[in-house]
Amino acid sequence: MRFIFKTTYDQDIRLARHGGHVLWYSLLVAFLLVAPWVIDEYWLAQLTFVLIYGIVGLGLMLLAGFTGQFSIGHAAFLGTGAYTQGVLTNMGVPFPLALLASAALSAAVGVVVALPALRVKGIYLGIATLSFGFIVEEVFARWESVTGGNAGLHVKSPQLFGWSLGSGEGFYFLCLVVAVISTLGILNLLRSPTGRAFVAIRDSEISAQSMGIHLARYKTMSFAISAALAGLGGALYAHKLSFISPDQFNILQSIDLLLMVVIGGLGSVHGAFLGAIFLIAMPQLISMGKDWLPAVVGQAPGLQGLVYGLVLIAFVLFEPLGLYGRWLKIRTWLQLFPFYRKGLFKRQKSFTKSDRLR
Amino acid sequence: MQILQLLLSGIAQGCIYGLIALGFVLIYKATETVSFAQGDLMMLGAFGAFAGMSLFGMPFWLAALLAVVAMAAFGVLLELVVIRPILGQPQFSIVMLTIGIAYVARGLITMVPGIGTDTHTLAVPYKDQIWKLGELVVNLEQLVIIIATAILCGLLFAMFRYSKLGIAMQASSQNQLAAYYMGIPVKRLNGLVWGLAAAVAAIAGMLLAPITFVHANMGFIGLKAFPAAVVGGFGSLPGAIVGGLVIGIVESFAGFYLPDGFKDTAPYIVVLLMLMIKPNGLFGEKLRKKV
Repeated sequence: MRFIFKTTYDQDIRLARHGGHVLWYSLLVAFLLVAPWVIDEYWLAQLTFVLIYGIVGLGLMLLAGFTGQFSIGHAAFLGTGAYTQGVLTNMGVPFPLALLASAALSAAVGVVVALPALRVKGIYLGIATLSFGFIVEEVFARWESVTGGNAGLHVKSPQLFGWSLGSGEGFYFLCLVVAVISTLGILNLLRSPTGRAFVAIRDSEISAQSMGIHLARYKTMSFAISAALAGLGGALYAHKLSFISPDQFNILQSIDLLLMVVIGGLGSVHGAFLGAIFLIAMPQLISMGKDWLPAVVGQAPGLQGLVYGLVLIAFVLFEPLGLYGRWLKIRTWLQLFPFYRKGLFKRQKSFTKSDRLR
Repeated sequence: MQILQLLLSGIAQGCIYGLIALGFVLIYKATETVSFAQGDLMMLGAFGAFAGMSLFGMPFWLAALLAVVAMAAFGVLLELVVIRPILGQPQFSIVMLTIGIAYVARGLITMVPGIGTDTHTLAVPYKDQIWKLGELVVNLEQLVIIIATAILCGLLFAMFRYSKLGIAMQASSQNQLAAYYMGIPVKRLNGLVWGLAAAVAAIAGMLLAPITFVHANMGFIGLKAFPAAVVGGFGSLPGAIVGGLVIGIVESFAGFYLPDGFKDTAPYIVVLLMLMIKPNGLFGEKLRKKV
């Protein structure tokens, strides 16, 4: 058991709370650094996808988990980043510039979405972002002179200072660097006044407003940052797949992203990466489990959707904090060993609370 | 003539959107939750009728009736098993839950060997019959959709206006706590509302089936009913039908007069405009906020 006595305010916002954090995260970084020599190429590609989805998940987590603004059209931002990157690198723009441009353009699109979204919340916001996602998908499909339409767009492999990053390892390190920078960025943002304002808006918009938080400005900011991260992830995604088409950025992709943050654990940075691991590992696990099941079930085409749905239902019903919540419970159990109480993380029910009045 | 023709097909399509939106609104008013599974309940209803007709050889009306009853029971069961445990949680977890239900429904139907992956035609007795009124070509399928929607709306109106059950549902949708104090069994009513919504969805599915065929992904049309619900005002039953008609007519006209691609996006452009101009919708309710 470890007791941390907080005696200064700085202790409250420190990135690493104690030596244990430093040790474990250094081990994680060390593993990620030597990973290309430890695991084979296939798993390295999967790890790269985890990092890419983790970057996108961080953005959506900031928006949904910390600001409380749910976006059911987040694939639109992913697509904006991917297409910007694809079009710019094919025009010969240097890779780092194109990456920045993708993030910037996605952020700009995010601001455009935020403008109508400022007036609405809850399910209306969900429907607004859903509508936006549909419109953007249609734009990708119809603006053939730029995006190549439904035929798709080939994306060149990235070049950095004359080196080709097209290989598995080079690209993996690129993604790792971007992921680490964005994670540190989000962590620092969250402990700054801006991050606190986001959390205040999530908990109660009216209370936040009465504390002097400019709702419109912070919501727009949240959308912009979230969209920028999605665009960054989208740009890397475009390079990894080297071929993009509009149907990769449809409503199902948006729902997958949402599923990722919910299962990872809303309101935690860990959750973004845990969710990304889940999203990448799940199809693998299902295909591995197929051999154990009778052929009628195992070979049926709908199995994946069924398992996704069941897992999602199970998480919402039994583990609303997601994978991160499960980890939190295990850790707390270990810390408090003989004194763990069963109802420690129990949710309070409130039948009379109405979202219409909030 | 052209305009009348477009109007007719728009109204028929709009009735379907309206019926699905009606399900959203029923559930939203009663339980404060938004069901993303409504389109998939519609798909299940259509498959139920198809199974009744082709597997058991029932006549259409019997199969349709049984499918509606079965879906109503399924809706009640769904509320009891899945929705009730997390009632009172943030709205968003329930949205995710219904997305999960939609995934499960699609997955289960797709897994049925030989049936799930194909598209089927529902052998309705009124299929492919056309009336000509002057230059106007009236498809009997469209006419049936419009008439059935009108009858259903009349029945629902009568229920909410005159029956004890309907009035109790209205009471619990306005203020659950006050309804509890008045001795209204709010929990049981919530179950019944889910049953009602599922039954309406099943009817919508069977009406839609002759036009678009029965297949596992037909539930995605439910995503177009969200604009309908928002345009009408999310908490208003007549609003759902009016919103559905607006979306259907806009879509029909956009498909004819505007370039390719606008047909599918027109409902979403309309809903974004609506949210910018009047977020409460045409018939939306105004409520005061509190912290």
